[in-house]
Amino acid sequence: MQRQTKSVPVPQLIFERSRPGRIGCSLPKADTPEVDLSKAIGQTRDEVKWPEVSELEVMRHFVNLSHLNYGIETGFYPLGSCTMKYNPRINEVTASMSGFRNLHPLQPDHTAEGALEVLLSVYEILEEVTGFDDITMQPVAGAHGEMTCLMLIKAYHESRGEGAMRTLVLVPDSAHGTNPASAARCGYDVKTIPTDADGNTDLEALKAALNESVAAFMVTNPSTLGLFEPNIQEVCKLVHAVGGQVFCDGANMNAMVGTTRPGDHGFDCMHLNLHKTFSTPHGGGGPGCGAIGLKRHLEPFLPAPALKRVDGKPVLDRHRPLSIGRVSSFYGQFLMAVRALTYLLAYGKEQMSHISRYSVLNANYVQARLREVLPQAHNRPCMHECVLTAQQYKKNGVRALDISKRLIDYGFHPPTNYFPLIVPECLMIEPTETEAKETLDAFCDALIAICHEANTNPDLLHEAPTTQVVGRLDEAKAVKLLDVKWQHAPETPATV
Amino acid sequence: MPYVPHTEADVREMLATIGVDSIDDLFVEIPDDLKLKAPLNIPSSMDEAQLTKHLQALSEKNVDLSRVTCFLGAGIYDRFIPATVGAVISRGEYLTAYTPYQPEVSQGYLQTIYEFQSMIAELYDMDLANASMYDGATSLAEAAIMATGIKHRNKVAVSATVHPHYRQVLETYCWAMGVEVDTLGHVDGLTSGYDGLDESYACVLVQTPSFYGTIEDLAALRSACDRIGAMMIVASDPTSCGIMPPPGQFGADVVVGEGQPLGIPMGFGGPLLGLFACKKEFVRNIPGRIVGRTTDAAGKSGFTMTLRTREQDIRREKATSNICTNEALMALASTVYMSALGKNGIRQVAETTVRNTQYAIEVLTAAGGKLKFSAKVFGEFVLELPRSAASIQAELLDHGVLAGLPLGEYEAGMENCLLVAVTEKRTKAEIDDFAAKLKQVLG
Repeated sequence: MQRQTKSVPVPQLIFERSRPGRIGCSLPKADTPEVDLSKAIGQTRDEVKWPEVSELEVMRHFVNLSHLNYGIETGFYPLGSCTMKYNPRINEVTASMSGFRNLHPLQPDHTAEGALEVLLSVYEILEEVTGFDDITMQPVAGAHGEMTCLMLIKAYHESRGEGAMRTLVLVPDSAHGTNPASAARCGYDVKTIPTDADGNTDLEALKAALNESVAAFMVTNPSTLGLFEPNIQEVCKLVHAVGGQVFCDGANMNAMVGTTRPGDHGFDCMHLNLHKTFSTPHGGGGPGCGAIGLKRHLEPFLPAPALKRVDGKPVLDRHRPLSIGRVSSFYGQFLMAVRALTYLLAYGKEQMSHISRYSVLNANYVQARLREVLPQAHNRPCMHECVLTAQQYKKNGVRALDISKRLIDYGFHPPTNYFPLIVPECLMIEPTETEAKETLDAFCDALIAICHEANTNPDLLHEAPTTQVVGRLDEAKAVKLLDVKWQHAPETPATV
Repeated sequence: MPYVPHTEADVREMLATIGVDSIDDLFVEIPDDLKLKAPLNIPSSMDEAQLTKHLQALSEKNVDLSRVTCFLGAGIYDRFIPATVGAVISRGEYLTAYTPYQPEVSQGYLQTIYEFQSMIAELYDMDLANASMYDGATSLAEAAIMATGIKHRNKVAVSATVHPHYRQVLETYCWAMGVEVDTLGHVDGLTSGYDGLDESYACVLVQTPSFYGTIEDLAALRSACDRIGAMMIVASDPTSCGIMPPPGQFGADVVVGEGQPLGIPMGFGGPLLGLFACKKEFVRNIPGRIVGRTTDAAGKSGFTMTLRTREQDIRREKATSNICTNEALMALASTVYMSALGKNGIRQVAETTVRNTQYAIEVLTAAGGKLKFSAKVFGEFVLELPRSAASIQAELLDHGVLAGLPLGEYEAGMENCLLVAVTEKRTKAEIDDFAAKLKQVLG
């Protein structure tokens, strides 16, 4: 029997607030002559059944809903692999400057020099931070960046007459799911490479898999186990020896900023999640920002148009005969580039390494404080995140998910669960550099208390969370009902 | 550095707990020759006042819409955005949240996504919509790839009147997947050549209003698709659906669009908002996230992401797409916009757009331009000028008018053509001013 959840009533849908005749904004009034619509556009439609609400009701609705949502600004958000660091407010101020916000992407280049300068400044700083020769921000999210990198690799192999023979992409068993999915979207077959007992790429398995059908190996470094791949140079050499390319999944770049550069490790290209490492806000699932970095030999294949500095000025190069083409509508997430530039310049050369140094310190601190109750999956110093196992509580019927849900009752956002897939009852914790020691202590104290409850009163965990507007939701029922669109009552849910 | 809170005492205590002497000791696993030996060669750190000044100076190097009157569209429109939109999306609870994987602490966002899906599906008159895609171009490309999977056919047909950037993105996605793309021509600004299509095509992709602003014949498209058993995929400007019969009414299988006109600033083209709606029979094939309503164990209603087994974190290389992070915050912006406008507001915006467009056609043709195509248009039209549209655009810019898009770069033979967009924000005086200045530069 589920315990009572928070006594907040389930909020109304905006449609349920609707009353005929209301409107929530003051629209521009037409002062041009009336027209005969049928002559101008032909047939017209029936009304669009959008809600009719006053402006105050609009604000109340969305503000009250925001209270049912957890964000970095409301509390600690240790979601592994997601780098939920503070999103500085100054970035929002600069991104809303009229000269950036009210700019059309197709206006003549010379009227957007400041915007192109922003993009190029980000490119140049990121080139130096990552050690790559070129950057583009046309990809608009991390997975989009991965896919774009694989497209560059595909175009590169094709340019050498090896397109048809290289059909395979190798992906570690610890990789993010987007890696194999992106490879599949580039027409590649995917083969999984196991991780060895120490948490590194299994070199023998890699060697066995390498041959001339391999187009690329996709490596996350540090890996999703939160561990630096110490053999990375050898891994790159092995793949290059059979003519393959090595892609770096940059989701974990936070561990390396200012300390080491993937471009120096032997990688051919990488993607960055600017919404992770460089603090553009996640926005509840986007906009992301998927810059990619690449070595010189992949430059001819860059998405068009490419942005270059010529005689000190940013210039859009539209004549790109070998380009893979366009991957998004315009120049990518421009207003995110404004935020990223603001962030990069706030750190500057003096403090850039603080990002990696303090994020790694925080993760190791959490790992050390929790080692009695939640041991690490591999006995090594972690990088920016620690991967712990809750396997010992399984005997009480307590799963990693139960621990996570109980954390909600203690006021914290849960860490990532069940990923990477190769660690049983996995909790992946990424504190980031922007969290203070006392926050980490409070979080660790909560987890220690929860692990104690797991032994003494496991039902507290099974029933959690009980402090929110709803308890655990019936996901099977969601699939069965498939109620994904509001309908006027009486309601008959769509069945598929 | 205000973003990193560690005091010296904190660091000391933390290192002691970990059992190492220095932060450097935590990086022992990185080979020494891979560690940076000198500071990065990047600009020096700036304080907040310096940052504001620096970025302000860069922003002022742009000619933004406070300095010119915008008649440039081509997929991105200068539309009115209510103040409520910015107020909502700047709230930290939304702005700084992650994807709602933990529904109990994400009910606010999940409900807004459900409302977004509902309003988009209603606008396009489709069974359902997903939680958003990256932008209009990638949404169209994803729809095409989806169709090849559903139909087991390796060829798609796209109209030449679809936005050239959308077609370029489609080409890129299809090249990577080994899918062939054929382009249908146009006659007088409307798609032609449906008769030449056969059963080897998985889908036919058409945009309405087209890149040229012309209103396509969707009934003809539907019957062509029926004849060859292909999916009907339509890209449609959401504002136009405030007054015109939406693609769903013509039996479209998938409708995609660019959601930027629904409350999102032009922002030099990003971030944008991809719209994706379809018939319910395809729900298990679609890319992206979907939010559904369900209950908790106590029977209380709530929202969660659903049909997750299509997604890459579960299905890996068998996923329907690689998209995960989408454009949630932009979808929220548009949800606020759609709520603020409501049933009557969207109609008013669409109707004012039609009035302004018709008026602009009247005065700009009187000023020396000529309509290139005779088809009906919504919000945008191609104006043929007596000489190079690029040079006329440049001259008008000196007079404070951002006149439109010269089409010479996009289609051979259209060097003298200008694509002119007129939104509900343009006033009669602004349109008259454009016409007067056009007349002046044409001499």
